[in-house]
Amino acid sequence: MSDPARKPAAAWPLIVAVAFAAVGLTTLVMIESQKVLGVTLAGIGLACTAAARFGGIAATEAAAAERPWLLRGLIVIAALAVLFVLREDNFGLLMIATVLIYATVCLGLTIQMGYAGLTNFAAAAFLGTGGYTAAMLGQKGGLPDPIVLICGGLTAVLIGSLLILPVLRTRGHYAALTTLAFGVMFNVFLDANELFGGPQGLKVPGINLFGWNFSNDLVIAGYDFSFYTNYVILTGILTALAMLLAGLLDRSWIGVWLDVIRLDETAASVFGLKIGHWKILAFTIGNFLAGIMGAIYAKMTGFIAPTNFTFGDSLVMVSIVILGGIGNRWGVLPAALIVVLLPEKLQFIQEYRLLLYALLVIAILILRPDGLVARRVRRLRMQAAE
Amino acid sequence: MGMIGQHLLNGMMQGTIYGLVAMGFTIFFGVMNVIKFSHGDVLTLGAFGGLVAVWATHAMGLPVPVQFIAAFAAAMLLSAVAGAAISHFLIMPLRNAPPLNMLLMTMMVGTVLREAIRLFFPGGTNPQRFPELLPAGGFHLGPSFFRIDALILIVAGIASIGVVYWIINRTKFGLAMRAVAEDVETARTMGINFARVIPLTFALGSLTAGFAGTIYGLYYSEINYGMGLLLAVIGFTAAIVGGLGNIWGAIIGGYLFAGLQTLVVAAIPSMSDYKNVFAFVLIIMLITWRPTGLLAERRSDRV
Repeated sequence: MSDPARKPAAAWPLIVAVAFAAVGLTTLVMIESQKVLGVTLAGIGLACTAAARFGGIAATEAAAAERPWLLRGLIVIAALAVLFVLREDNFGLLMIATVLIYATVCLGLTIQMGYAGLTNFAAAAFLGTGGYTAAMLGQKGGLPDPIVLICGGLTAVLIGSLLILPVLRTRGHYAALTTLAFGVMFNVFLDANELFGGPQGLKVPGINLFGWNFSNDLVIAGYDFSFYTNYVILTGILTALAMLLAGLLDRSWIGVWLDVIRLDETAASVFGLKIGHWKILAFTIGNFLAGIMGAIYAKMTGFIAPTNFTFGDSLVMVSIVILGGIGNRWGVLPAALIVVLLPEKLQFIQEYRLLLYALLVIAILILRPDGLVARRVRRLRMQAAE
Repeated sequence: MGMIGQHLLNGMMQGTIYGLVAMGFTIFFGVMNVIKFSHGDVLTLGAFGGLVAVWATHAMGLPVPVQFIAAFAAAMLLSAVAGAAISHFLIMPLRNAPPLNMLLMTMMVGTVLREAIRLFFPGGTNPQRFPELLPAGGFHLGPSFFRIDALILIVAGIASIGVVYWIINRTKFGLAMRAVAEDVETARTMGINFARVIPLTFALGSLTAGFAGTIYGLYYSEINYGMGLLLAVIGFTAAIVGGLGNIWGAIIGGYLFAGLQTLVVAAIPSMSDYKNVFAFVLIIMLITWRPTGLLAERRSDRV
């Protein structure tokens, strides 16, 4: 620490915050009645606003910054507790796994759009690329599942690398067109193609990691866990890894360089930054995450069709990133939770889902353009002075 | 060989529709530096408005020419009002926001329009039959068959492109528009009412979209809630290929895209389902080669 006189931040706000998040998540997943859900959401919103008002969020952030390992430990404990409480709730666990998949894809998008400033309106297409890779490899059979998942990611990277040249050569709106056209094209292609099942889609077998069959229920210490627990654990680990990766990128010099490139390309090139290299890196990481999560998604739901990966879905993912505060990796988690959970819980809005997201994003863009939790401006400390 | 005439006519029709849509994109970009992605859905809105007008006039027992005029009038009025409202209430407040926010905003506005039509128009989920108001039939010229209605629509479309071009280049309003496009500050000091020119410009651009939507309905005899999305992507593509802000570029881009589609269908009929895929691949290659469009805008960067 550059300032030895400062008092170390207290640990308790961190414990309270993680406990609050875990309890909130569990309650939201377990609630059946729509009225109770409304009241709970209002309560959570109120609590968060109050915490922000009285410095609770700042205290939590300070504590988190000083004790990263305490935070990580607490999150693991909280996650295990949530899993234990929800152990027999098939639907709830499926929802949590879906939230985690969306969150991870959106972390990839955060690296692409929030850090490097590369617009990507084809996230669902990259997700679909991974999903269809898993489906095709599953039909052929023979390959072990860890390799299938990685192949899902690599295929997305491969397809993305076809787009990298136009993305690098163009800027602004011209660059947006490239991914936009790809996202729309992906759907048209799948609909027309017999090999990939056409509009009817494909069946996908479940995951089997080194003899750990994800389709079987778990029994741990006499307690029965639904088989979706497997998927929650796997997606949870991957989300955590993606969070770590995004955090490391953000804190490293690469993060600073990406910021410079996003904010002013000309200035970045004047300072000798290889703009192309870093853009390719960000684009590739994001697509890899989308591809691997797409493969898991396909294996978890057991069935995929072109309608799972439309342009509308890509927009939903961009909405999550914007909703959470663009470039803020922590904001992605609550945003993904809201976007995935609400339509599932409120059956009457299921049909109006896209309409409501669109209205919500419009409202956020006008009223709170930095998102729910805005990204902090980077503070660079001069460590050499010590 | 007999198909060539048909392909040519079809390509011309599509190119005219794409050109009209692309022209809207390029006008908006020229004046406000925004991509109004909801443009395609404003077109859909106009087409549905036209359909309702036809239903209403038909129910009143009015003759077909009146129904025809009512369709165009309603479509153009509805989309012009929608376009002006979107620009005034949603685009102007975000004028100084990052381009990504603006693009996302208009995409979401488009989603709202699209979903609203799907959910609230009676039977909106299914394609709606658009009545045939133009004389059926056609004539043979050599081995090819030409539909009369298609020829009328193509002529009308090209004429409307001409009218818009005339408005922009020969009228006082067009002059004000071009002045704002060139330099907002200077235009304002010259006494141009910025707050009025912008919505009017959006109304003009959206009006052409309503026109194109009705042409689409009359030509294909069917409209659906999702048709605007693909048309928006294609129109945006055409405007990009031509070079944003350049009207001729947009028109050329529209015909180029239709030409590529038609070429795929004509050359490999078995691949006609993939015509958009091929066209987009070629377009992506094209903008890789010319990153700011065929008729490139001149630009330099300031640090």
